[in-house]
Amino acid sequence: MKYHTQRIAMAYFVTAMALFAVQVTMGLIMGWIYVSPNFLSELLPFNIARMLHSNSLIVWLLLGFFGSAYYMIPEEAEREIYSPKLAYLQLGILILGTAGVVVTYLFDLFQGNWLLGKQGREFLEQPTWVKIGITVAALIFLYNVTMTVLQGRKTAISNVLLLGLWALALLWLFAFYNPSNLVLDKQYWWWVVHLWVEGVWELIMASILAFLMLKLTGVDREVVEKWLYVIVATALFSGILGTGHHYYWIGLPAYWQWIGSIFSSFEIVPFFAMMSFAFVMVWKGRRDHPNKAALLWSLGCSVLAFFGGGVWGFLHTLHGVNYYTHGTQITAAHGHLAFYGAYVCLILAIITYAMPIMRNRDPYNQVLNMASFWLMSGGMLFMTFVLTFAGTIQTHLQRVEGNYYMDVQDALPLFYWMRFGAGVAVVLGAVLFIWSVMVPRREVVTAGPVQSHKDGHIEAAE
Amino acid sequence: MSQPRSPLADLPGELIMWVLIVSELAVFCVCLLILLVLRLGDPALFAQSQDQLHRAAAGINTVVLVSSGYGAARAVAAIRQGAEAPARRWLLGAAGLGVIFLGLKSVEYADAISKGIGVETNAFFTFYFLLTGFHAAHVAAGMVILLLVAIRPQPDGVQAGAQFWHMVDLVWVLLFPIIYLLQ
Repeated sequence: MKYHTQRIAMAYFVTAMALFAVQVTMGLIMGWIYVSPNFLSELLPFNIARMLHSNSLIVWLLLGFFGSAYYMIPEEAEREIYSPKLAYLQLGILILGTAGVVVTYLFDLFQGNWLLGKQGREFLEQPTWVKIGITVAALIFLYNVTMTVLQGRKTAISNVLLLGLWALALLWLFAFYNPSNLVLDKQYWWWVVHLWVEGVWELIMASILAFLMLKLTGVDREVVEKWLYVIVATALFSGILGTGHHYYWIGLPAYWQWIGSIFSSFEIVPFFAMMSFAFVMVWKGRRDHPNKAALLWSLGCSVLAFFGGGVWGFLHTLHGVNYYTHGTQITAAHGHLAFYGAYVCLILAIITYAMPIMRNRDPYNQVLNMASFWLMSGGMLFMTFVLTFAGTIQTHLQRVEGNYYMDVQDALPLFYWMRFGAGVAVVLGAVLFIWSVMVPRREVVTAGPVQSHKDGHIEAAE
Repeated sequence: MSQPRSPLADLPGELIMWVLIVSELAVFCVCLLILLVLRLGDPALFAQSQDQLHRAAAGINTVVLVSSGYGAARAVAAIRQGAEAPARRWLLGAAGLGVIFLGLKSVEYADAISKGIGVETNAFFTFYFLLTGFHAAHVAAGMVILLLVAIRPQPDGVQAGAQFWHMVDLVWVLLFPIIYLLQ
C-alpha cells in the first residue's frame, strides 16, 4: 500500500461484506418462502424480506464502489485522500441510514409518514430521511474524491470513475421526485434504476476492472485507457436510450417499443468489450501477479456480466418477446446473474485484490477464496438456469395458455426447490469468501517471487 | 520488449469517433432492416404511406447534404495546408447547407402533421419519424460541431467534425432510397 489513506477502503469493504451476508441470508429465506409460503409470514412478510434483499444489495455495492474509489484514487492521483475524516463521516451516515432502513422495514414504523415511513416504490422504498442521508453522504464523497483528483494526477481511470460516481449521485436525485401520475412515476423511477445499473454503474465497473487489469497484468496504461474509452462510449450509446425497454408497458408512447428494443439490443456490446478487454489484457500481460484469486474474480466478473447482463438481458429485451415474458421468472433469472456477474464479482474482485495489501501481507487463503468463487458462481449459474426454465414454463402456461397466476405457481415447485439448493450453495460460497478474506491463515499458494515477469525479471508487488 | 504493431495505429482520426460512427451506422441499419421486414407484412400500406411523402423535397435535400459533405471535405484539405480562413468558410458553408436541409425537412414534417399524420399513424410512419427524426437531430448536432471546430480551426478538430458530418451524410444516403423511393 503506497498511501495511508487507502486504508479507508478497509472499513468500507468490511461493512460491505457484512451487508453482503445479510443480503444472501435474506435471499435464502425468500428461497425457502417460495417452497414453503407460510414461513415467517407474520414476522417477516415476503415483501419486507424482498426489500431487505434488494436494498442491502444496492447499499453494499455502493459501499463497495465508495471503498474502491478510496482505494484507487490515491494511487491514480498519486496523493493521499483529501480528508479521511470526511470519508469516515460518510461511512457513518451510510451505516446509520442502513440501520434505519432495516428497523423501519422490519417493524413498519411510521407507516405513511412522508419523512420517516417507508414508501411504496419498489427499490426506492427508503424513508425520505434516509434518502436525504444518502444524498449528503454522496455529496461528502464527491467533494472528497474530487478534491483529491483535482490536486493530483488525472488519469483516464480516475476520470471515468468520477464521471460514473457523479452521474450516479445526480441520477439518485430522481428518487425524490414522485409524481402522482403513475406513468411518470415509473418513468422517472427507471431513470434511477435503469440508468444506474445499465448506464453509469457500467462506467464504474469498467474503471475498476481497468484498474485491476493494470495492476494484475502489468499491461501499459495507454492500452488500458483505449479500451476503457471504447467501453464507456458503447455503454452510454446503448444504455441511455436502452432505458426504452422499460417503457414498453407502462403507458408511454408505442414508439418506445422500437427505440427500446433496438438500443437495448446493443447493450450487449460494452459487456462483450469488457470481457474481451479482460482476457486480452491477461494474454498480453507481462506480469505474473501472485494474487491469482483476484484475477479469477476479475475474469469471472467480465464473463458472468456478459452472460447475465448481455445474453440474459437480450433474451427478453425485444418487445415482441417481452410482451410474453414480462415480470416472469425470466426476469428474476436475468436480474440475479446480471447483478452477480457485473457488480458482486467486481466488488469481490477488488476486495480480494486490496485486502491483503491493506493488511500488509501475502495473499493468504487463495485456494479457499477460489473455491468460494466456483461455489458461489456455480450456485448462481444453476439458479439462473433453473429460473430460466421456470420462467419459460410460466410464460407458456400464464401468458400463452392464459392460466391463473397462482395455478401456474403450483406447477413450479420443483424449480423453486432447486433454486433453494442453488441459494444454499451461494450462501456457503459467501461464507467461505468472507472467511478467506477476513480470517488470517498460513496457507499461501506459491512462495517464490512477489511478481515474476515472463521476460524473467522480478519486481515487488504493488 | 517490442510490442506488435496495433492494427489501430494506422486509423486516421480518433478511435472514439470511429466507435461512434460504427455504432450510429449499426443502429440506423438495424432500424432500416426492421422497416424492410415490416414492409413485407403489408406492402400496400407501406406503398400508400410512402406516396404521401415529398420525394422531390427529399431529393433536393440529398443534393444539399452531399454538397455540404463536399464543403466539409474541402475544409479538411484547406486546414491541412494551414489555410484557416478558407477552412472556416468551407465549414460555415457546410453548416449553412445543413440549415437548408433542416428547413426543407421541417416543411415536410409540417405538411405531414397538417394531414393528421403522426408517429403513431402506422408502422411506416413510426419508422419514418424515428429514422428521419434521429437523423435530423444528428444534422443539428453535426452543425454545432462544425461551428465549434470553425471557431479556431485545427487539423484534428476539423477532421473529427468532417468525419461526423460524412457519417450524417452517409446515413441520409441510406435512408433516402429505402424510405422515399423503394417501390
